[in-house]
Amino acid sequence: MGPDFQLFLQQLLNGLTIGMVYALIALGYTMVYGIIQLINFAHGEIFMVGAYLGLTAIGIAALLGAAVPWWAVIIFVFLFAAAGSALLGGLIEKTAYKPLRGSPKLTALITSIGVSFFLQNAVMLIYGAREQNVPEILPAKQWDVAGISISLIQLVIFGVSVSLMVFLTWFIKNTRMGKAMRALSENPEAARLVGIPVNRVIRTTFMMGSALASVAGVLFALNYGSVNFHDGYLAGLKAFTAAVFGGIGSIPGAMLGGILLGVFEGLGAGYLSSEWKDVFAFLILVIVLIFKPSGMLGENVPEKV
Amino acid sequence: MLELKHVYTRYGKVECLKGISLQINRGEIVALLGANGAGKTTVLKTISGLIHPATGEVLLDGKSIVAKTPEEIVRLGIAHVPEGRKIFQRLNVLENLELGAFVRNDTHEIQKDLEQIFSIFPLLKRRLKQKAGTLSGGEQQMLAIGRGLMSRPSILLLDEPSLGLAPILVSSIFKMIDQVHQQGKTILLVEQNARMALKIASRAYVLEIGQIAMEGRAEDLQDNPVVQDAYLGGG
Ligand SMILES: Nc1ncnc2c1ncn2[C@@H]1O[C@H](COP(=O)(O)OP(=O)(O)O)[C@@H](O)[C@H]1O
Ligand SMILES: [Mg+2]
Repeated sequence: MGPDFQLFLQQLLNGLTIGMVYALIALGYTMVYGIIQLINFAHGEIFMVGAYLGLTAIGIAALLGAAVPWWAVIIFVFLFAAAGSALLGGLIEKTAYKPLRGSPKLTALITSIGVSFFLQNAVMLIYGAREQNVPEILPAKQWDVAGISISLIQLVIFGVSVSLMVFLTWFIKNTRMGKAMRALSENPEAARLVGIPVNRVIRTTFMMGSALASVAGVLFALNYGSVNFHDGYLAGLKAFTAAVFGGIGSIPGAMLGGILLGVFEGLGAGYLSSEWKDVFAFLILVIVLIFKPSGMLGENVPEKV
Repeated sequence: MLELKHVYTRYGKVECLKGISLQINRGEIVALLGANGAGKTTVLKTISGLIHPATGEVLLDGKSIVAKTPEEIVRLGIAHVPEGRKIFQRLNVLENLELGAFVRNDTHEIQKDLEQIFSIFPLLKRRLKQKAGTLSGGEQQMLAIGRGLMSRPSILLLDEPSLGLAPILVSSIFKMIDQVHQQGKTILLVEQNARMALKIASRAYVLEIGQIAMEGRAEDLQDNPVVQDAYLGGG
Protein backbone atom coordinates (compact mmCIF):
# COMPACT_ATOMS: atom_id res chain seq x y z
CA MET A 1 0.00 0.00 0.00
CA GLY A 2 1.46 3.32 -1.06
CA PRO A 3 1.70 6.34 1.18
CA ASP A 4 -0.86 8.15 -0.96
CA PHE A 5 -3.48 5.55 -0.23
CA GLN A 6 -2.52 5.52 3.44
CA LEU A 7 -3.03 9.25 3.66
CA PHE A 8 -6.38 8.81 2.00
CA LEU A 9 -7.48 6.15 4.47
CA GLN A 10 -6.20 8.12 7.43
CA GLN A 11 -8.12 11.21 6.40
CA LEU A 12 -11.16 9.12 5.65
CA LEU A 13 -11.04 7.68 9.15
CA ASN A 14 -10.57 11.07 10.75
CA GLY A 15 -13.43 12.42 8.68
CA LEU A 16 -15.71 9.54 9.63
CA THR A 17 -14.92 10.19 13.28
CA ILE A 18 -15.94 13.83 13.22
CA GLY A 19 -18.82 12.93 10.90
CA MET A 20 -20.29 10.72 13.62
CA VAL A 21 -20.32 13.69 15.96
CA TYR A 22 -22.03 15.86 13.34
CA ALA A 23 -24.57 13.12 12.72
CA LEU A 24 -25.49 12.91 16.41
CA ILE A 25 -26.11 16.64 16.54
CA ALA A 26 -27.89 16.71 13.18
CA LEU A 27 -30.41 14.17 14.48
CA GLY A 28 -31.76 16.68 16.98
CA TYR A 29 -32.19 19.36 14.33
CA THR A 30 -33.97 16.99 12.02
CA MET A 31 -36.24 15.42 14.66
CA VAL A 32 -37.42 18.77 15.98
CA TYR A 33 -37.87 20.12 12.47
CA GLY A 34 -39.80 17.02 11.47
CA ILE A 35 -42.23 17.45 14.34
CA ILE A 36 -42.81 21.19 14.63
CA GLN A 37 -41.01 22.61 11.55
CA LEU A 38 -38.75 24.66 13.77
CA ILE A 39 -35.09 25.13 13.02
CA ASN A 40 -33.92 25.18 16.59
CA PHE A 41 -30.83 27.33 16.45
CA ALA A 42 -30.23 26.76 20.15
CA HIS A 43 -29.49 23.11 19.42
CA GLY A 44 -25.77 23.73 18.82
CA GLU A 45 -25.64 25.26 22.29
CA ILE A 46 -27.07 22.09 23.80
CA PHE A 47 -24.11 20.27 22.27
CA MET A 48 -21.79 22.77 23.99
CA VAL A 49 -23.64 22.52 27.31
CA GLY A 50 -23.35 18.74 27.00
CA ALA A 51 -19.58 19.08 26.70
CA TYR A 52 -19.48 21.21 29.86
CA LEU A 53 -21.75 18.84 31.73
CA GLY A 54 -19.32 16.11 30.72
CA LEU A 55 -16.51 18.19 32.18
CA THR A 56 -18.44 18.56 35.42
CA ALA A 57 -19.11 14.83 35.53
CA ILE A 58 -15.40 14.13 35.05
CA GLY A 59 -14.78 16.42 38.01
CA ILE A 60 -17.29 14.52 40.12
CA ALA A 61 -15.80 11.21 39.10
CA ALA A 62 -12.33 12.44 40.03
CA LEU A 63 -13.53 13.02 43.59
CA LEU A 64 -14.15 9.30 43.82
CA GLY A 65 -10.48 8.64 43.26
CA ALA A 66 -8.59 6.34 40.96
CA ALA A 67 -10.42 3.20 42.03
CA VAL A 68 -13.01 3.57 39.28
CA PRO A 69 -12.05 2.01 35.92
CA TRP A 70 -11.96 4.37 32.93
CA TRP A 71 -14.90 2.79 31.15
CA ALA A 72 -17.12 3.25 34.20
CA VAL A 73 -16.11 6.91 34.35
CA ILE A 74 -16.97 7.28 30.67
CA ILE A 75 -20.38 5.73 31.13
CA PHE A 76 -21.10 7.98 34.09
CA VAL A 77 -19.97 11.05 32.14
CA PHE A 78 -22.26 10.22 29.22
CA LEU A 79 -25.26 9.51 31.39
CA PHE A 80 -24.74 12.66 33.43
CA ALA A 81 -24.42 14.88 30.36
CA ALA A 82 -27.31 13.21 28.54
CA ALA A 83 -29.67 13.43 31.50
CA GLY A 84 -28.75 17.04 32.23
CA SER A 85 -29.18 18.10 28.61
CA ALA A 86 -32.42 16.20 28.22
CA LEU A 87 -33.83 18.09 31.19
CA LEU A 88 -32.51 21.36 29.82
CA GLY A 89 -33.94 20.63 26.36
CA GLY A 90 -37.33 19.79 27.87
CA LEU A 91 -37.28 22.92 29.98
CA ILE A 92 -36.40 25.12 27.01
CA GLU A 93 -39.22 23.62 24.99
CA LYS A 94 -41.66 24.20 27.81
CA THR A 95 -40.69 27.76 28.60
CA ALA A 96 -39.53 29.17 25.27
CA TYR A 97 -41.25 27.30 22.43
CA LYS A 98 -44.51 25.89 23.76
CA PRO A 99 -46.03 29.30 24.44
CA LEU A 100 -45.29 30.19 20.80
CA ARG A 101 -47.09 27.27 19.27
CA GLY A 102 -49.51 28.57 16.71
CA SER A 103 -47.65 31.83 16.21
CA PRO A 104 -45.67 32.47 13.01
CA LYS A 105 -42.66 30.21 12.40
CA LEU A 106 -40.35 33.19 12.36
CA THR A 107 -41.20 34.03 15.97
CA ALA A 108 -40.01 30.66 17.21
CA LEU A 109 -36.94 30.84 14.99
CA ILE A 110 -35.93 34.19 16.44
CA THR A 111 -36.66 32.90 19.93
CA SER A 112 -34.30 30.01 19.31
CA ILE A 113 -31.54 32.46 18.44
CA GLY A 114 -32.30 34.23 21.71
CA VAL A 115 -32.13 30.97 23.64
CA SER A 116 -28.81 30.31 21.94
CA PHE A 117 -27.31 33.58 23.23
CA PHE A 118 -28.77 32.93 26.64
CA LEU A 119 -27.15 29.51 26.90
CA GLN A 120 -23.76 30.79 25.69
CA ASN A 121 -23.79 33.55 28.25
CA ALA A 122 -25.02 31.32 31.04
CA VAL A 123 -22.19 28.87 30.40
CA MET A 124 -19.68 31.70 30.18
CA LEU A 125 -20.80 33.00 33.56
CA ILE A 126 -20.82 29.60 35.21
CA TYR A 127 -17.64 28.11 33.77
CA GLY A 128 -15.74 31.20 32.70
CA ALA A 129 -14.91 32.60 29.31
CA ARG A 130 -11.56 30.88 28.96
CA GLU A 131 -11.09 27.59 27.20
CA GLN A 132 -11.24 24.70 29.66
CA ASN A 133 -9.01 21.69 29.47
CA VAL A 134 -10.70 18.32 29.55
CA PRO A 135 -8.78 15.84 31.71
CA GLU A 136 -7.75 12.71 29.88
CA ILE A 137 -9.94 10.01 31.22
CA LEU A 138 -9.27 7.58 28.41
CA PRO A 139 -5.99 5.69 28.32
CA ALA A 140 -3.93 7.25 25.51
CA LYS A 141 -4.04 4.06 23.49
CA GLN A 142 -3.34 4.05 19.82
CA TRP A 143 -3.12 1.24 17.29
CA ASP A 144 -1.34 1.03 14.01
CA VAL A 145 -3.33 -0.86 11.42
CA ALA A 146 -1.54 -1.08 8.08
CA GLY A 147 0.05 2.29 8.59
CA ILE A 148 -3.14 4.00 9.71
CA SER A 149 -3.35 5.07 13.30
CA ILE A 150 -6.56 4.50 15.22
CA SER A 151 -6.94 5.89 18.71
CA LEU A 152 -9.06 4.61 21.55
CA ILE A 153 -11.13 7.80 21.51
CA GLN A 154 -11.90 7.20 17.86
CA LEU A 155 -13.12 3.72 18.69
CA VAL A 156 -15.25 5.12 21.49
CA ILE A 157 -16.73 7.72 19.14
CA PHE A 158 -17.59 5.02 16.61
CA GLY A 159 -18.98 2.61 19.17
CA VAL A 160 -21.12 5.14 21.00
CA SER A 161 -22.39 6.91 17.88
CA VAL A 162 -23.25 3.78 15.96
CA SER A 163 -25.02 2.27 18.98
CA LEU A 164 -27.07 5.40 19.50
CA MET A 165 -28.02 5.60 15.84
CA VAL A 166 -29.06 1.97 15.78
CA PHE A 167 -31.03 2.47 18.97
CA LEU A 168 -32.75 5.60 17.67
CA THR A 169 -33.70 3.88 14.43
CA TRP A 170 -35.18 0.99 16.37
CA PHE A 171 -36.96 3.34 18.75
CA ILE A 172 -38.60 5.39 16.00
CA LYS A 173 -39.64 2.31 14.11
CA ASN A 174 -40.94 0.12 16.89
CA THR A 175 -41.99 1.91 20.03
CA ARG A 176 -45.32 3.57 20.73
CA MET A 177 -43.58 6.91 21.23
CA GLY A 178 -41.61 6.43 18.00
CA LYS A 179 -44.77 5.77 16.03
CA ALA A 180 -46.43 8.75 17.64
CA MET A 181 -43.48 10.90 16.56
CA ARG A 182 -43.74 9.73 12.97
CA ALA A 183 -47.50 10.25 12.95
CA LEU A 184 -47.21 13.73 14.40
CA SER A 185 -44.52 14.76 11.96
CA GLU A 186 -46.65 13.65 9.09
CA ASN A 187 -50.07 14.92 10.02
CA PRO A 188 -50.58 16.83 13.25
CA GLU A 189 -54.34 17.04 12.91
CA ALA A 190 -54.78 13.32 12.36
CA ALA A 191 -52.35 12.68 15.20
CA ARG A 192 -54.52 14.71 17.55
CA LEU A 193 -57.63 12.93 16.33
CA VAL A 194 -56.29 9.49 17.21
CA GLY A 195 -55.49 10.78 20.68
CA ILE A 196 -51.72 11.23 20.51
CA PRO A 197 -50.67 13.52 23.40
CA VAL A 198 -49.05 16.08 21.16
CA ASN A 199 -47.33 18.11 23.87
CA ARG A 200 -45.73 15.09 25.44
CA VAL A 201 -44.44 13.84 22.11
CA ILE A 202 -42.93 17.22 21.27
CA ARG A 203 -41.31 17.42 24.69
CA THR A 204 -39.87 13.92 24.32
CA THR A 205 -38.48 14.81 20.90
CA PHE A 206 -36.63 17.80 22.32
CA MET A 207 -35.31 15.73 25.20
CA MET A 208 -34.04 12.93 22.98
CA GLY A 209 -32.45 15.32 20.51
CA SER A 210 -30.76 17.15 23.37
CA ALA A 211 -29.45 13.96 24.90
CA LEU A 212 -27.94 12.94 21.56
CA ALA A 213 -26.33 16.36 21.09
CA SER A 214 -24.84 16.28 24.57
CA VAL A 215 -23.29 12.87 23.98
CA ALA A 216 -21.81 14.37 20.82
CA GLY A 217 -20.53 17.24 22.97
CA VAL A 218 -18.79 14.89 25.35
CA LEU A 219 -17.23 12.94 22.49
CA PHE A 220 -16.05 16.18 20.93
CA ALA A 221 -14.56 17.39 24.21
CA LEU A 222 -12.76 14.09 24.80
CA ASN A 223 -11.42 14.13 21.26
CA TYR A 224 -10.07 17.68 21.28
CA GLY A 225 -9.18 17.88 24.95
CA SER A 226 -10.73 21.28 25.49
CA VAL A 227 -14.06 23.09 25.45
CA ASN A 228 -15.08 26.67 24.98
CA PHE A 229 -18.44 28.35 25.47
CA HIS A 230 -18.71 29.25 21.79
CA ASP A 231 -17.90 25.76 20.49
CA GLY A 232 -21.61 25.18 19.93
CA TYR A 233 -21.86 27.78 17.21
CA LEU A 234 -19.67 26.20 14.55
CA ALA A 235 -20.55 22.61 15.40
CA GLY A 236 -24.24 23.50 15.40
CA LEU A 237 -24.03 25.23 12.05
CA LYS A 238 -22.20 22.27 10.55
CA ALA A 239 -24.66 19.79 11.97
CA PHE A 240 -27.49 21.93 10.63
CA THR A 241 -25.78 21.76 7.24
CA ALA A 242 -25.58 18.00 7.61
CA ALA A 243 -29.29 17.81 8.40
CA VAL A 244 -30.19 19.91 5.35
CA PHE A 245 -27.74 17.94 3.20
CA GLY A 246 -29.38 14.68 4.24
CA GLY A 247 -32.88 16.11 3.94
CA ILE A 248 -34.24 18.03 6.89
CA GLY A 249 -36.84 15.97 8.71
CA SER A 250 -35.28 12.67 7.66
CA ILE A 251 -33.54 10.66 10.37
CA PRO A 252 -31.43 8.45 8.09
CA GLY A 253 -30.73 11.64 6.14
CA ALA A 254 -29.24 13.34 9.19
CA MET A 255 -27.01 10.33 9.84
CA LEU A 256 -25.84 10.12 6.24
CA GLY A 257 -25.47 13.90 5.93
CA GLY A 258 -23.37 14.13 9.09
CA ILE A 259 -21.08 11.29 8.15
CA LEU A 260 -20.58 12.52 4.58
CA LEU A 261 -19.91 16.06 5.75
CA GLY A 262 -17.26 14.74 8.12
CA VAL A 263 -15.67 12.73 5.32
CA PHE A 264 -15.61 15.73 2.96
CA GLU A 265 -14.02 17.77 5.68
CA GLY A 266 -11.44 15.11 6.47
CA LEU A 267 -10.46 14.64 2.86
CA GLY A 268 -10.56 18.36 2.19
CA ALA A 269 -8.27 19.00 5.13
CA GLY A 270 -5.89 16.27 3.93
CA TYR A 271 -5.72 17.22 0.28
CA LEU A 272 -6.53 20.88 0.05
CA SER A 273 -5.90 22.81 3.20
CA SER A 274 -6.94 22.29 6.77
CA GLU A 275 -7.45 26.01 7.17
CA TRP A 276 -10.27 25.85 4.69
CA LYS A 277 -12.01 22.86 6.21
CA ASP A 278 -14.72 24.91 7.91
CA VAL A 279 -15.63 26.44 4.59
CA PHE A 280 -16.63 23.11 3.01
CA ALA A 281 -19.68 22.82 5.20
CA PHE A 282 -21.04 26.14 4.05
CA LEU A 283 -20.16 25.46 0.46
CA ILE A 284 -22.20 22.28 0.71
CA LEU A 285 -25.05 24.12 2.41
CA VAL A 286 -25.23 26.69 -0.36
CA ILE A 287 -25.00 24.09 -3.12
CA VAL A 288 -27.67 21.90 -1.57
CA LEU A 289 -30.01 24.82 -0.97
CA ILE A 290 -29.66 25.94 -4.57
CA PHE A 291 -29.86 22.61 -6.36
CA LYS A 292 -31.69 20.20 -4.07
CA PRO A 293 -33.27 21.88 -1.06
CA SER A 294 -35.01 18.66 -0.08
CA GLY A 295 -31.59 17.07 0.46
CA MET A 296 -30.45 13.53 -0.28
CA LEU A 297 -33.15 11.60 1.56
CA GLY A 298 -35.75 14.30 2.06
CA GLU A 299 -39.18 13.10 1.10
CA ASN A 300 -41.11 15.16 -1.35
CA VAL A 301 -44.49 14.32 0.05
CA PRO A 302 -47.14 16.32 -1.79
CA GLU A 303 -48.35 19.38 0.11
CA LYS A 304 -51.03 18.44 2.60
CA VAL A 305 -54.45 19.74 1.77
CA MET B 1 -76.55 10.53 23.12
CA LEU B 2 -74.73 13.38 21.38
CA GLU B 3 -76.23 16.82 21.36
CA LEU B 4 -75.18 20.24 20.12
CA LYS B 5 -76.95 23.24 21.59
CA HIS B 6 -76.74 26.68 20.00
CA VAL B 7 -73.14 26.21 18.92
CA TYR B 8 -71.32 29.22 17.51
CA THR B 9 -67.84 28.55 16.14
CA ARG B 10 -65.49 31.15 14.71
CA TYR B 11 -62.28 31.14 12.72
CA GLY B 12 -60.73 34.35 13.96
CA LYS B 13 -63.42 36.94 13.42
CA VAL B 14 -65.35 34.96 10.85
CA GLU B 15 -68.36 33.27 12.33
CA CYS B 16 -68.69 29.90 10.68
CA LEU B 17 -71.34 28.15 12.77
CA LYS B 18 -74.21 30.39 13.76
CA GLY B 19 -76.20 28.63 16.40
CA ILE B 20 -76.21 24.95 15.46
CA SER B 21 -78.41 22.61 17.45
CA LEU B 22 -78.63 18.96 16.60
CA GLN B 23 -79.06 15.64 18.23
CA ILE B 24 -77.96 12.10 17.53
CA ASN B 25 -79.55 9.16 19.28
CA ARG B 26 -77.84 5.87 20.06
CA GLY B 27 -77.79 3.51 17.11
CA GLU B 28 -78.72 6.07 14.48
CA ILE B 29 -77.05 7.09 11.28
CA VAL B 30 -77.62 10.81 10.98
CA ALA B 31 -76.62 12.58 7.78
CA LEU B 32 -75.36 16.14 7.76
CA LEU B 33 -75.78 17.57 4.29
CA GLY B 34 -74.92 20.88 2.74
CA ALA B 35 -72.99 22.64 0.01
CA ASN B 36 -69.26 23.22 0.06
CA GLY B 37 -68.37 25.76 2.72
CA ALA B 38 -71.63 25.36 4.63
CA GLY B 39 -69.75 24.44 7.80
CA LYS B 40 -70.12 20.66 7.92
CA THR B 41 -66.47 19.96 8.65
CA THR B 42 -66.50 22.68 11.28
CA VAL B 43 -69.37 20.92 13.06
CA LEU B 44 -67.31 17.73 13.24
CA LYS B 45 -64.19 19.58 14.38
CA THR B 46 -66.21 21.26 17.08
CA ILE B 47 -67.46 17.90 18.33
CA SER B 48 -64.04 16.21 18.28
CA GLY B 49 -62.35 19.09 20.08
CA LEU B 50 -60.10 20.30 17.25
CA ILE B 51 -61.87 23.65 17.58
CA HIS B 52 -63.64 25.03 20.60
CA PRO B 53 -66.86 26.92 20.01
CA ALA B 54 -67.23 30.54 21.09
CA THR B 55 -70.50 29.72 22.80
CA GLY B 56 -72.86 26.79 22.97
CA GLU B 57 -72.76 23.30 24.37
CA VAL B 58 -71.67 19.91 23.12
CA LEU B 59 -73.11 17.18 25.30
CA LEU B 60 -72.23 13.51 25.33
CA ASP B 61 -74.76 11.50 27.29
CA GLY B 62 -75.79 14.73 28.95
CA LYS B 63 -72.27 15.74 30.01
CA SER B 64 -70.48 18.71 28.50
CA ILE B 65 -67.40 17.86 26.43
CA VAL B 66 -67.01 21.32 25.04
CA ALA B 67 -63.76 22.18 26.83
CA LYS B 68 -62.07 18.82 26.34
CA THR B 69 -59.05 18.06 24.17
CA PRO B 70 -59.27 15.75 21.15
CA GLU B 71 -57.37 13.14 23.14
CA GLU B 72 -59.93 13.21 25.96
CA ILE B 73 -62.79 13.09 23.48
CA VAL B 74 -61.40 9.99 21.72
CA ARG B 75 -61.13 8.36 25.11
CA LEU B 76 -64.80 9.16 25.72
CA GLY B 77 -65.74 7.19 22.62
CA ILE B 78 -66.01 9.64 19.75
CA ALA B 79 -63.86 8.97 16.69
CA HIS B 80 -63.54 11.58 13.94
CA VAL B 81 -62.55 10.28 10.50
CA PRO B 82 -61.43 13.51 8.85
CA GLU B 83 -62.15 14.90 5.42
CA GLY B 84 -59.52 13.88 2.88
CA ARG B 85 -58.79 10.71 4.94
CA LYS B 86 -55.56 12.07 6.49
CA ILE B 87 -54.07 8.65 6.94
CA PHE B 88 -50.38 8.50 7.85
CA GLN B 89 -49.01 7.94 4.37
CA ARG B 90 -45.44 7.06 5.30
CA LEU B 91 -46.56 4.52 7.87
CA ASN B 92 -47.77 1.10 6.88
CA VAL B 93 -51.36 -0.05 7.10
CA LEU B 94 -50.90 -1.95 10.35
CA GLU B 95 -49.15 1.00 12.00
CA ASN B 96 -52.01 3.27 10.98
CA LEU B 97 -54.48 0.91 12.58
CA GLU B 98 -52.35 0.56 15.71
CA LEU B 99 -52.21 4.34 16.04
CA GLY B 100 -55.98 4.36 15.88
CA ALA B 101 -55.88 2.42 19.14
CA PHE B 102 -53.33 4.80 20.68
CA VAL B 103 -55.50 5.65 23.66
CA ARG B 104 -56.09 2.00 24.55
CA ASN B 105 -53.93 -0.58 26.22
CA ASP B 106 -56.13 -3.66 26.24
CA THR B 107 -53.89 -5.55 23.81
CA HIS B 108 -56.14 -8.57 23.60
CA GLU B 109 -59.26 -6.59 22.75
CA ILE B 110 -57.33 -4.49 20.24
CA GLN B 111 -56.48 -7.71 18.42
CA LYS B 112 -60.15 -8.66 18.34
CA ASP B 113 -61.14 -5.28 16.95
CA LEU B 114 -58.47 -5.60 14.31
CA GLU B 115 -60.03 -8.89 13.18
CA GLN B 116 -63.46 -7.32 13.12
CA ILE B 117 -62.17 -4.46 10.98
CA PHE B 118 -60.67 -6.97 8.56
CA SER B 119 -64.04 -8.67 8.31
CA ILE B 120 -65.51 -5.40 7.03
CA PHE B 121 -62.46 -4.31 5.02
CA PRO B 122 -60.78 -7.56 3.90
CA LEU B 123 -58.59 -5.63 1.47
CA LEU B 124 -56.69 -4.05 4.33
CA LYS B 125 -55.60 -7.39 5.71
CA ARG B 126 -53.72 -8.15 2.50
CA ARG B 127 -51.91 -4.82 2.64
CA LEU B 128 -50.78 -4.74 6.27
CA LYS B 129 -47.10 -4.10 5.57
CA GLN B 130 -47.69 -1.76 2.67
CA LYS B 131 -47.12 1.95 3.06
CA ALA B 132 -50.48 3.64 3.41
CA GLY B 133 -49.54 6.28 0.84
CA THR B 134 -49.40 3.59 -1.85
CA LEU B 135 -53.02 2.53 -1.34
CA SER B 136 -55.74 3.55 -3.79
CA GLY B 137 -58.22 6.25 -2.80
CA GLY B 138 -60.86 3.72 -1.82
CA GLU B 139 -58.43 1.68 0.23
CA GLN B 140 -57.21 4.82 1.96
CA GLN B 141 -60.78 5.65 2.92
CA MET B 142 -61.24 2.12 4.30
CA LEU B 143 -58.07 2.56 6.28
CA ALA B 144 -59.20 5.92 7.61
CA ILE B 145 -62.48 4.42 8.81
CA GLY B 146 -60.65 1.37 10.18
CA ARG B 147 -58.26 3.62 12.07
CA GLY B 148 -61.22 5.49 13.52
CA LEU B 149 -62.83 2.23 14.62
CA MET B 150 -59.67 1.09 16.37
CA SER B 151 -60.33 3.47 19.24
CA ARG B 152 -63.52 1.43 19.80
CA PRO B 153 -65.77 4.47 19.62
CA SER B 154 -69.46 4.47 20.31
CA ILE B 155 -69.90 7.36 17.88
CA LEU B 156 -68.18 7.66 14.54
CA LEU B 157 -67.97 11.03 12.78
CA LEU B 158 -67.39 10.52 9.05
CA ASP B 159 -66.43 13.52 6.94
CA GLU B 160 -67.21 13.00 3.25
CA PRO B 161 -66.09 9.37 2.98
CA SER B 162 -67.11 9.23 -0.67
CA LEU B 163 -65.16 12.31 -1.71
CA GLY B 164 -63.09 11.74 -4.83
CA LEU B 165 -63.97 8.05 -5.20
CA ALA B 166 -65.07 6.35 -8.41
CA PRO B 167 -68.83 5.67 -8.53
CA ILE B 168 -68.52 1.90 -8.02
CA LEU B 169 -66.34 2.48 -4.98
CA VAL B 170 -68.81 5.00 -3.59
CA SER B 171 -71.52 2.39 -3.28
CA SER B 172 -69.19 -0.15 -1.73
CA ILE B 173 -67.95 2.39 0.82
CA PHE B 174 -71.57 3.12 1.74
CA LYS B 175 -72.22 -0.61 2.12
CA MET B 176 -69.27 -0.82 4.48
CA ILE B 177 -70.52 2.14 6.47
CA ASP B 178 -73.84 0.37 6.77
CA GLN B 179 -72.02 -2.73 8.04
CA VAL B 180 -70.17 -0.67 10.62
CA HIS B 181 -73.52 0.69 11.71
CA GLN B 182 -74.97 -2.79 12.04
CA GLN B 183 -72.11 -3.73 14.33
CA GLY B 184 -73.51 -1.24 16.78
CA LYS B 185 -71.94 2.12 15.98
CA THR B 186 -73.78 5.40 16.02
CA ILE B 187 -72.76 7.48 13.01
CA LEU B 188 -72.81 11.14 12.07
CA LEU B 189 -72.24 11.16 8.34
CA VAL B 190 -71.21 14.34 6.56
CA GLU B 191 -71.76 14.05 2.83
CA GLN B 192 -72.13 16.00 -0.36
CA ASN B 193 -73.49 12.88 -1.98
CA ALA B 194 -76.93 13.45 -0.49
CA ARG B 195 -78.59 10.71 -2.49
CA MET B 196 -76.42 7.93 -1.06
CA ALA B 197 -76.33 9.42 2.41
CA LEU B 198 -80.11 9.64 2.65
CA LYS B 199 -80.35 5.97 1.63
CA ILE B 200 -78.52 4.72 4.70
CA ALA B 201 -79.39 7.46 7.18
CA SER B 202 -82.44 7.47 9.38
CA ARG B 203 -82.49 11.23 9.86
CA ALA B 204 -80.71 14.17 8.31
CA TYR B 205 -79.89 17.82 8.84
CA VAL B 206 -79.25 20.27 6.02
CA LEU B 207 -76.71 22.96 6.75
CA GLU B 208 -76.68 26.28 4.92
CA ILE B 209 -74.00 28.87 5.65
CA GLY B 210 -73.59 27.90 9.25
CA GLN B 211 -77.22 27.30 10.13
CA ILE B 212 -79.54 24.33 10.10
CA ALA B 213 -81.87 25.00 7.19
CA MET B 214 -83.86 21.77 7.39
CA GLU B 215 -84.08 18.61 9.37
CA GLY B 216 -86.17 15.52 9.29
CA ARG B 217 -86.47 11.82 8.56
CA ALA B 218 -84.35 10.70 5.63
CA GLU B 219 -87.34 9.49 3.57
CA ASP B 220 -89.11 12.80 4.01
CA LEU B 221 -86.08 14.80 2.95
CA GLN B 222 -85.60 12.55 -0.05
CA ASP B 223 -89.11 13.44 -1.21
CA ASN B 224 -88.84 17.11 -0.33
CA PRO B 225 -88.79 19.17 -3.56
CA VAL B 226 -86.44 21.79 -2.10
CA VAL B 227 -83.91 19.16 -1.13
CA GLN B 228 -84.31 17.44 -4.47
CA ASP B 229 -83.63 20.68 -6.26
CA ALA B 230 -80.65 21.78 -4.25
CA TYR B 231 -78.94 18.52 -3.29
CA LEU B 232 -80.27 15.69 -5.39
CA GLY B 233 -79.67 17.25 -8.80
CA GLY B 234 -83.36 17.94 -9.42
CA GLY B 235 -84.35 14.41 -8.30
N1 LIG C 1 -59.17 27.01 9.23
C1 LIG C 1 -60.05 27.91 8.74
N2 LIG C 1 -59.81 29.23 8.85
C2 LIG C 1 -60.68 30.14 8.37
N3 LIG C 1 -61.84 29.82 7.78
C3 LIG C 1 -62.15 28.53 7.64
C4 LIG C 1 -61.27 27.51 8.13
N4 LIG C 1 -61.82 26.31 7.86
C5 LIG C 1 -63.00 26.59 7.24
N5 LIG C 1 -63.19 27.90 7.12
C6 LIG C 1 -64.34 28.55 6.51
O1 LIG C 1 -65.50 28.16 7.22
C7 LIG C 1 -66.56 27.86 6.33
C8 LIG C 1 -67.05 26.45 6.56
O2 LIG C 1 -66.04 25.54 6.23
P1 LIG C 1 -66.20 23.98 6.39
O3 LIG C 1 -66.68 23.66 7.75
O4 LIG C 1 -64.94 23.35 5.97
O5 LIG C 1 -67.36 23.69 5.35
P2 LIG C 1 -67.78 22.33 4.65
O6 LIG C 1 -67.14 21.19 5.35
O7 LIG C 1 -69.27 22.31 4.77
O8 LIG C 1 -67.35 22.43 3.22
C9 LIG C 1 -66.03 28.09 4.93
O9 LIG C 1 -66.45 29.34 4.49
C10 LIG C 1 -64.54 28.06 5.10
O10 LIG C 1 -63.93 28.92 4.18
MG1 LIG D 1 -65.86 19.84 4.64
